[in-house]
Amino acid sequence: MCGIISVIDRSKNYMDGGAIKNALALMNERGSGEGAGYAVYGAYPDYKDYYALHVFYDNIVEPKEAVEELLEKWGKIEYAEEIPTYEQDRLRKQHIPWRYFFKPDIRLLAGTCSPEEDAIINIVNKVNTEIKGALIFSSGKDIGVFKASGWPEDVANFYRIEDYEGYIWMGHNRYPTNTSGWWGGAHPFNLLNWSVIHNGEITSYGTNRRYIESFGYKCTMKTDTEVVAYLADLLGRRHELPEELSVKALAPPFWDDIDRMSENERDLHTALRMAYGGALMNGPFAIVIAKPEGIVGFTDRIKLRPMIAAESGDRLYISSEEAAIRTMEQNLDRVWMPSAGEPVIGMVRR
Amino acid sequence: MTIGSTPVKFKITIDNEQCMLCERCIENCSYGVFRREGQKIIPDSRKCTACHRCMAMCPRDAITMQEKPNDYRSHPVWTREAREAIYNQAKTGRIILSGMGNAADYPIIFDRLVLDACQVTNPSIDPLREPMELRTYIGKKPRRVKVSKKGSGDYNLETKLAPNLKLETPIMIGHMSYGAISLNAQLSMAKAVSEVGTFMGTGEGGLHKDLYPYQNNMIVQVASGRFGVDINYLERGAAIEIKVGQGAKPGIGGHLPGEKVSEDVSKTRMIPLHSDAISPAPHHDIYSIEDLAQLVRSLKEATEWKKPVFVKIAAVHHAPAIAAGIARSSADAVVVDGFRGGTGAAPRVFRDNVGIPIEAAVAAVDEKLRDQGVRNEISVIASGGIRDSADLTKTIALGADAVYIGTAALVAMGCRVCGSCYRGLCPWGIATQRQDLVDRLNPDEASHNVANLINGWTLELAELMGAAGINSIESLRGNRDRLRGYMLDEGIMKVLDVKMVGA
Repeated sequence: MCGIISVIDRSKNYMDGGAIKNALALMNERGSGEGAGYAVYGAYPDYKDYYALHVFYDNIVEPKEAVEELLEKWGKIEYAEEIPTYEQDRLRKQHIPWRYFFKPDIRLLAGTCSPEEDAIINIVNKVNTEIKGALIFSSGKDIGVFKASGWPEDVANFYRIEDYEGYIWMGHNRYPTNTSGWWGGAHPFNLLNWSVIHNGEITSYGTNRRYIESFGYKCTMKTDTEVVAYLADLLGRRHELPEELSVKALAPPFWDDIDRMSENERDLHTALRMAYGGALMNGPFAIVIAKPEGIVGFTDRIKLRPMIAAESGDRLYISSEEAAIRTMEQNLDRVWMPSAGEPVIGMVRR
Repeated sequence: MTIGSTPVKFKITIDNEQCMLCERCIENCSYGVFRREGQKIIPDSRKCTACHRCMAMCPRDAITMQEKPNDYRSHPVWTREAREAIYNQAKTGRIILSGMGNAADYPIIFDRLVLDACQVTNPSIDPLREPMELRTYIGKKPRRVKVSKKGSGDYNLETKLAPNLKLETPIMIGHMSYGAISLNAQLSMAKAVSEVGTFMGTGEGGLHKDLYPYQNNMIVQVASGRFGVDINYLERGAAIEIKVGQGAKPGIGGHLPGEKVSEDVSKTRMIPLHSDAISPAPHHDIYSIEDLAQLVRSLKEATEWKKPVFVKIAAVHHAPAIAAGIARSSADAVVVDGFRGGTGAAPRVFRDNVGIPIEAAVAAVDEKLRDQGVRNEISVIASGGIRDSADLTKTIALGADAVYIGTAALVAMGCRVCGSCYRGLCPWGIATQRQDLVDRLNPDEASHNVANLINGWTLELAELMGAAGINSIESLRGNRDRLRGYMLDEGIMKVLDVKMVGA
């Protein structure tokens, strides 16, 4: 059991983090005080062309030196600083969070059509698997993830989340089972421009991991949420599937329903299931995936986890609970309960 | 008589109190064990193969069979089997023939693997109340799907799909040829697979015209002898399989004793009456992987690229590399046949010593294809010693798309695994061409038994998946996280890529 909430302002009006803090804290029944986190899109307008790398350091001696050496080898650090934090009674600093605004040198990488992104993925993999005492947990442009082990309000106050502004917000209140409540295991999970919040457990993880690894991704984070980000990246970025079809590949309609579709649709969904069987996610989940263009929320094929959506003007909300949405916005134009596997999509207006 | 007679393998005893002298045992035993003398049935135990036909037909349960009533002095090295093989060869100077699968005492990996189930954090799914999807497509899959947006806002599929076989359950029946088994046995299985929505193989014996009504559920085989192969045969099959090797006898060709080549068999196979049908060890047009790729393409051309083409190999040490080569051809599926695979006739030394178990072979093939980024584009079919729905489930979790069963389907029709198939006297009407014996197998009845078996396993597979919180077979495939090794050594667990129990 976990609590999730996300909001997008489709006209890109910025919202501060105060409201989502209260919404997430309202769902404390769904957490255990061992992990909470926030993601905000639009966090770093002054550095929006640089990858914002957030790193947890166990100490700022050896691991920091090793990370900075690696970054300088691979590109240029435009600016670096400790992420400001404010210790709470129930939340002490277990790691020292640092941030770098970084640009990789694309001349250093061959054999790829997205050298910047692949360089960042390489760096994230290398730091997270090889450098002891360092963990990169946020690596997108103009995106910031802030998380820790603690209750949502403590984590928010620890980072003073209300000081950040953005047009997409995500929050996650964790009840850990698979991995202990370590800081890196809190959600949102982020890689490049993708962020994921996830309530549930993926019973097909073994299949999904083997599938995604055969495309060159490496699962290093001990959490099934990571695989969701990679699948979204593979289907959305590399295979260029539109969001709604990506969701249909990840949580497809049942064959019985496909058999009843019109010929055109039947062929499409049959092809998706045949090609992306290894990407199909099983088990109970409600997930929201974000990228700079928007958010997509969906549940497993038989909706074993709750998910509710609401709209108010340009704002679209997706959450585990309606009450949480109502703490953020009293006057909702529409509230609805999406069916199993049906995507809820909110994209910024162009 | 230097050697003399060896101890009888089975001793038959008749309970004369019970026996009513109906003589059904005499009628039913094709090996000639029973005769009547006066008011008594006298058995000649030495002829018994333990096929159980007499016991199954005795209305009074008056027949008792005892295995190995007299044994040799026990010895850990010089086992009964070792000694008898020597006596046999000292007498004949020949290769020892055997039937059925590997009979050597290797540990069975399946029995040391356990499955997972859900508790609390992920709910199990009840197949009685929720959909449970077992539909499996066998054939080439696109690496990615391309779509375009139509004016109406709908998406249009730009990727063209290759023809696939659509299975309603991931259980198919493997290739057992007409000749090795009877027409009634093939008919029974053909009716069964048509009924349950799956497929069976013809084997290398051609396709008898009585099977034409079921051809849409039959996979025709092209083996090294090319028996029965012509364009009519290729076009009738739902798919075509090139048989390179077989788990029971890797490295050598098929062997059908002349006794089983009846007139109908000779016509269907296109070979002379009563001649031994011995397929060459290699295909005489395949001496390299590129030759194989060429044959795959030739068969595709001949059938206008309308049919999936499979390639079957025996599970040998380098099976993963061979499978990777096959994946690079136009082939749609690779069939891997483990060393427990059955056979009508194989040299004993091959059956018991050559090849590797299917569990390790599937895991290694799946891994290699994934390493090379082609696993998703080709199907993997596993066979060789799959005994029940647990073996089936574990095989899929190790990485197979579907399985072929062989022996299990024969057992469903009455086979007692006596291992005397090569003699052509099968009293159950399965591995024989003697018409009076063939007539004992009623295809209408036996097809129900085979269909029941497949349906039973399918139900159990659905239950096991539901318990593991999985409602679609795709999510079981290669999901080795849901397996644990129990008392398996570290080396094997590394090959299988499974953790140990408790981990």
